[in-house]
Amino acid sequence: MEFVFDWQAAFASIPHLLTGIPWTLLISFGGLAIGFIIGIIFGLLRISPISWLRWLATTYIEVFRGTPVLVQVLFIFYGLPQLLGGPINAVVAGIAAIAVNSGAYISEIVRGGVQSIERGQREASLSLGLSRTQSFRYVIWPQAFRRMIPALGNQGIISIKDTSLFSVIGVGELVRQGQVYIATTFNALEVYFMVAILYLVITLSLSLALRMLERKGLVGQ
Amino acid sequence: MNDEHSQTPSSPEHSIVSLEKLNKHFGSLHVLKDIDLDVTPGEVLVIIGASGSGKSTLIRCVNGLEEYQKGRLHVDGKELLPYGKSGQSLQAIRTEVGMVFQQFNLFPHLTVKANVTLAPLKVRGMTSQEADTTAERLLERVGIADQADKYPTQLSGGQQQRVAIARALAMDPRLMLFDEPTSALDPEMIGEVLDVMRELAREGMTMMVVTHEMGFAREVADRVIYIHQGEIVEQGPPHEVFDNPRNERTQNFLSRVLQH
Ligand SMILES: Nc1ncnc2c1ncn2[C@@H]1O[C@H](COP(=O)(O)OP(=O)(O)OP(=O)(O)O)[C@@H](O)[C@H]1O
Ligand SMILES: [Mg+2]
Repeated sequence: MEFVFDWQAAFASIPHLLTGIPWTLLISFGGLAIGFIIGIIFGLLRISPISWLRWLATTYIEVFRGTPVLVQVLFIFYGLPQLLGGPINAVVAGIAAIAVNSGAYISEIVRGGVQSIERGQREASLSLGLSRTQSFRYVIWPQAFRRMIPALGNQGIISIKDTSLFSVIGVGELVRQGQVYIATTFNALEVYFMVAILYLVITLSLSLALRMLERKGLVGQ
Repeated sequence: MNDEHSQTPSSPEHSIVSLEKLNKHFGSLHVLKDIDLDVTPGEVLVIIGASGSGKSTLIRCVNGLEEYQKGRLHVDGKELLPYGKSGQSLQAIRTEVGMVFQQFNLFPHLTVKANVTLAPLKVRGMTSQEADTTAERLLERVGIADQADKYPTQLSGGQQQRVAIARALAMDPRLMLFDEPTSALDPEMIGEVLDVMRELAREGMTMMVVTHEMGFAREVADRVIYIHQGEIVEQGPPHEVFDNPRNERTQNFLSRVLQH
C-alpha cells in the first residue's frame, strides 16, 4: 500500500486552521497574564514571615500543580456552573484554567527567583534607608525577574500547548478547528501535521522573543 | 575598662552611638556580652578581634541588620529597641548611617551612577538633577568618575568598593560602618580603598571600622577596641593597644596577626 502525504490538502487547510489561532493566543496569553499576577502574589506569600499565609500559598500550589489541567478545565466548565447557578463561557473557562494552573507553577518560579538573590542585596538596600517595599521594588525584584525569564518562557510554552486540551469543552482553538476541518475532508494526517506546525510556529516565536529579551538583560549582570 | 586611656570622654548625650549592656544571642550562642560602648562624633573607632568574636555582629546591631535581645542602644539620638521592635525609627536611623560591606553588595542591575543615586532619589526625595550632581561629585572624590556609566561587574574589586563607599556617602550619613572593607580585595587594591577611608577620616567622618589592616588602624584610629568572644577586653588609643596591650588575650592575638 502506498503512503502519500498530500501537501496540497495540508496547505488547503491552513486558512481554516488560522481561525483557531486567535483563540489559542487569547486563552494562552490571557491565562498566563493572570497566572503571572497570581504567581507574584502566591510566590511572595510562600516566603512570607506569617506562617498561615505560607500555608495558604503552599496549599494552592500543591493542589493546582498536582491535578491535571484537563480536570481543572472540566471542573470549571461543567462543575462550577452547578455552584454558581449559571453557565460559564468556554473561553472564560479556558483562560481561568490556564490562569490557576500556570499561576501555581509561576508561584514557585517567583519564589525561587526571589530567594536566589543574595542576602547582601537586601542588606545593602535597607542600610541605605530604603523601606522594605522599596528594597523589593528597586533592588530585589528587577534582579529576580531577570533570573526568572527562562523558567517563565518554559511555563509559557507548556501553557500554550495545554490550551489544545480545551477542544473538549468546545473552544474554537487550533485543535478544535483541525477536528472540524477533518470532519469534512478526512485528511487527518495532513491536517494534524499542519496543526502541529502552527503550534511550533507559536512556541518557537515565543522562545526567540525571550532569548532576545534575555540577551538584552544580560548587560547588567 | 581603660577609662583613663580613652581620649574622648563619652557620655550618652554627646555620643552618636551608645551601647549599654548590650546582649545578643544567635539561638543558644551568646555572641555579644554586656557590651558598653560610646562613639563620639568625629571619632574613628577600629574594632579588632579573632574570627567569630562578634565584630560584624556588633556593627550590624548599630544599623539594625541584627536584632539584639537585652540592653539599650541609641544611634544618632534615637533609640533602637531590642527584638527588632523599632519600627519606623529603624529606617530613620539607617538613613543617617552608611554601611560598607566586605562583599561590596553593589546592585548589579544598575549602573555605577544609578547605584549611587538610588537612595538619594527614593529616600531623600532628591530631584534627578540633584542626585546626579551628588553622584558625580562623590565618584570624582573616590576616583572613578570616568566609570559612572559602567555596570559594577565591569569594575575591579577595588573600584567596586570605592563605588560602595560613594553610594553610602550619597546619603550624607552622620556615621559610617565598615565591615572588613578590604578583606575581599586583591592585595594590590587594598591601598586605594584605605586611601579613600583615610581621606574620609581626615574630613571628620565618624567611623566604626572592623578591619584586619593593623597599619591602617594604627595610623587612622582614635581608639581601638579588641573583642574576644563577645566581650570588649581591651580598648584605648592605637599606640597603647598595639604597643602595650595589657590583656594577655590581646597580646596573643596581636602577636599572631602582626607576624603576617
Ligand atoms: N546569622 C547567624 N546565625 C547564627 N550564628 C551566627 C550568625 N551570624 C554570626 N553567627 C555566629 O556569631 C558569632 C560571631 O559572628 P561574627 O560574624 O560577628 O564574627 P566576626 O568577629 O565578624 O568574625 P569574622 O572575622 O570571621 O568576620 C560566630 O560564632 C558566628 O558563627
Ligand atoms: Mg565579620
